[in-house]
Amino acid sequence: MSIQLTVNKKKVDLEIDPNTPLLWALRDHLDLKGTKFGCGIAQCGACTIWVNGEATRSCVLPISAVANAAITTIEGLSERGDHPVQVAWDQLDVPQCGYCQAGQIMTAASLLKKKPNPSASEIVDGMSGNICRCGTYHRIQEAVKLASEIASKKIASTKKVKKSA
Amino acid sequence: MKATRRSFIQKTALLSSAFVLGFDWFQASGKSVTLFQTTLDSGRFNAFLAIDPTGKIILYSPNPEIGQGIKTAFPVVVAEELDVDWKDVEVRQAHLDTQNFERQLTGGSGALKHSWDRLRKAGATARLMFMQAAAQQWNVDVSACKTSKGFVLGPNGQKANYGSLAQIASKLPIPTTVVFKNRKDYSIIGKRTRGVDNANVVTGKAVFGLDISKPGMVIAQIIRPPFGATLKSFDATDALKMPGIVDVISFKNKVAIVGNSTWQVMQARANVTCKYVAGEFESDSTHQKWFDEGMKTDKAIVQRKDGDFNAAILKAAKVVEATYECPFISHSPMEPMNFFADVKSDGTVLLAGPTQVPQSAQKAVASLLKIDEKKVEVELSKMGGGFGRRLNNDFALEAAELSSLIKKPVKVMWTREDDMSGGIYRPAARYHFKAGLDSAGNMVAFYLRGVGLNTGNSTRQDNFPVGAIDHVLIESVNQNSAVTTGPWRAPITNFLGFAEQAFLDEVAEAGGKDPVQMRLDWLARVKSNPVGKITYEPDRFIEVIKQAAEKSNWRKKPGVSQGFSVYYSHLSYVAQVADVQVVNGKPKVTHMTAVTDCGEVVNLSGAENQVKGAIIDGMGHAMFAKLRFNEGVASPTNFNAYRLIKGNEIPTIQAHFVDNGIEPTGLGEPALPPTGGSVANALFAATKKRLYKQPFDV
Repeated sequence: MSIQLTVNKKKVDLEIDPNTPLLWALRDHLDLKGTKFGCGIAQCGACTIWVNGEATRSCVLPISAVANAAITTIEGLSERGDHPVQVAWDQLDVPQCGYCQAGQIMTAASLLKKKPNPSASEIVDGMSGNICRCGTYHRIQEAVKLASEIASKKIASTKKVKKSA
Repeated sequence: MKATRRSFIQKTALLSSAFVLGFDWFQASGKSVTLFQTTLDSGRFNAFLAIDPTGKIILYSPNPEIGQGIKTAFPVVVAEELDVDWKDVEVRQAHLDTQNFERQLTGGSGALKHSWDRLRKAGATARLMFMQAAAQQWNVDVSACKTSKGFVLGPNGQKANYGSLAQIASKLPIPTTVVFKNRKDYSIIGKRTRGVDNANVVTGKAVFGLDISKPGMVIAQIIRPPFGATLKSFDATDALKMPGIVDVISFKNKVAIVGNSTWQVMQARANVTCKYVAGEFESDSTHQKWFDEGMKTDKAIVQRKDGDFNAAILKAAKVVEATYECPFISHSPMEPMNFFADVKSDGTVLLAGPTQVPQSAQKAVASLLKIDEKKVEVELSKMGGGFGRRLNNDFALEAAELSSLIKKPVKVMWTREDDMSGGIYRPAARYHFKAGLDSAGNMVAFYLRGVGLNTGNSTRQDNFPVGAIDHVLIESVNQNSAVTTGPWRAPITNFLGFAEQAFLDEVAEAGGKDPVQMRLDWLARVKSNPVGKITYEPDRFIEVIKQAAEKSNWRKKPGVSQGFSVYYSHLSYVAQVADVQVVNGKPKVTHMTAVTDCGEVVNLSGAENQVKGAIIDGMGHAMFAKLRFNEGVASPTNFNAYRLIKGNEIPTIQAHFVDNGIEPTGLGEPALPPTGGSVANALFAATKKRLYKQPFDV
């Protein structure tokens, strides 16, 4: 079956079993391997991507359910790897083994879209669906906070530039 | 690899733009440093640090990176002694190279201790040669030269970058004596250095084992038998008709489903049925029976005997006795097991993927295929965690055997269910303790019997407070189980630590002692009048204990119940105080203070990560993790029922390090063993209920 969707702003047309989970379509068919397989039952969050901007677990999501949708993966979160969440993750040296972090970052970036200045408890609640076996949770939570600060500064500085221009 | 200077110069003449000065910095021969020819794009030279004319520095990191931060920590040490700016350093993962590396493995928290002098020597030797080269150029004495951030500075304001000096330096004899930096001059060691792979990780570019793709590669999943079962037959008629399926084939009691894509293989797998010969399968009840028998047998192995425990316990004013138990648990790294193998028609083999012990994979595959080890090449990928699971190369052997059978390059991938039901678990153990106290509440007699399933010696008979107690008897019993087991982060001590530290808390309570002061009194005894062999340094123990008590405000926090523990493992010392508060009517671990003596902290950021991660790991598994066995089958098999600790269940953690400048010791594991104890003891302080079994909440 032929299924069309947009992945990281690029239109793709896949000849694929419609039951194929989006995760495996991304990894095996589109060679986008940044999205990870952790549990296969939507429990760990390693496979988190965005469907039309909403953070979603891709390991249990049949590709037929996202026909014509816009998918964003870790590879498409920013062009230069400089999304505030990515910058914060590096600055606070969050990753240990790194395997769960794409899912963590996609979850965090989605959280910040909805709540640009989340409270501490909103960060904990928003991030607690994603498992990190290395236990990087403290830095994940700190990095979400830092990312929100970076993002708000960016917005502030952009406004400033506009003003002076 | 041995290059004459002539060939070096000739090569550089040919490739002047790619001129580099290369050093073996991690030779199999040990501690010497040698110079050799290379080019920066010469991928075969794994064992080097190289500097090109622009001053760019490439360091190959030999040890497998599983999240412990070695790929960052090793180069930090070289860069410090080389005296370069960290931003000019590029780190690459070296593949298996048994000629040029030694101890190319990850396990036992031993890498930094092993390599500390070697790494420093490599950096310091190169630095001295650049200074000598500059001195020669400037016609000044080398002692008048200094270095700073990749430059040699001369006495009269001269300045040259290392890259510009590389050609001259390459002609100098290699100095045999070098002086290491004074630690007060360190500018990279001890500071926070971010992981060298961060940029790739946060953009999804890092290549883990499951991400490996090679031309012509097929994908396989494997159905493995229950523990103790033999495969009788399998039916793959329907599976073989499914799209994308290449083969369904059996080997060693297993059935492999091979196909072109992961989803096709997963679907076909569901249509394969296997029949097994019924056997004497193990269940939880079997394991309990074995524990009971192990506690009664008169055939225990005596691991340590000081004084006369049996006589002393009869004279004791008070006897404390307790039994602790820890279940089989899975390692559950986030990346399930997987490996790539290509057994080629020319008789060579390419292995690629995540393993903590690449050389063992090479040897095991060579032995399996009955070929020379030299014909097996091993590429290392990034690893989604290890925790000891990737010390066992069963997955690499599966891939190699399957590739040899189907004559194709293949990537074997385990699902989460395979990972949790497929074995190589932390062994299960039961511990029985008995302590005899004198009328003043001092422990004078100490007994421990450990019964472990596949543990070998499940005790660590020289563990503190042994050495402070007059009468000691430590025994072990091993029972073989068909359930496969292997090292799990901080092998043995990850559960023994809980049992010991929780029991000592009971001893303190029974003797009316403060748990901190009781340990300090014992250590004073060890210093003045030790009993038998001592394998730990009492002063280092004392320091972490005192600092932890002070920094945690030990038992002086209103409304907070605290539990103490301290442990020595992998040559490092960690003292912990867990804080428990009652939140919404329930006791909750709200804070943890940890003081670690791991000698010199190479990378503070990585060190904090290891301590916090190990505490979260230890706490999560102590509280939640358990595998059950029924007729040789493990359950649960996924994270819906096998609970891993989450971000809303962690305490705040303060990680402190003792600043003593001693050569670095292990850090990937040592903060884990004390955790179960500090948590159990704090929960006891809050609830007056002792916890004897892991997981605590079941």
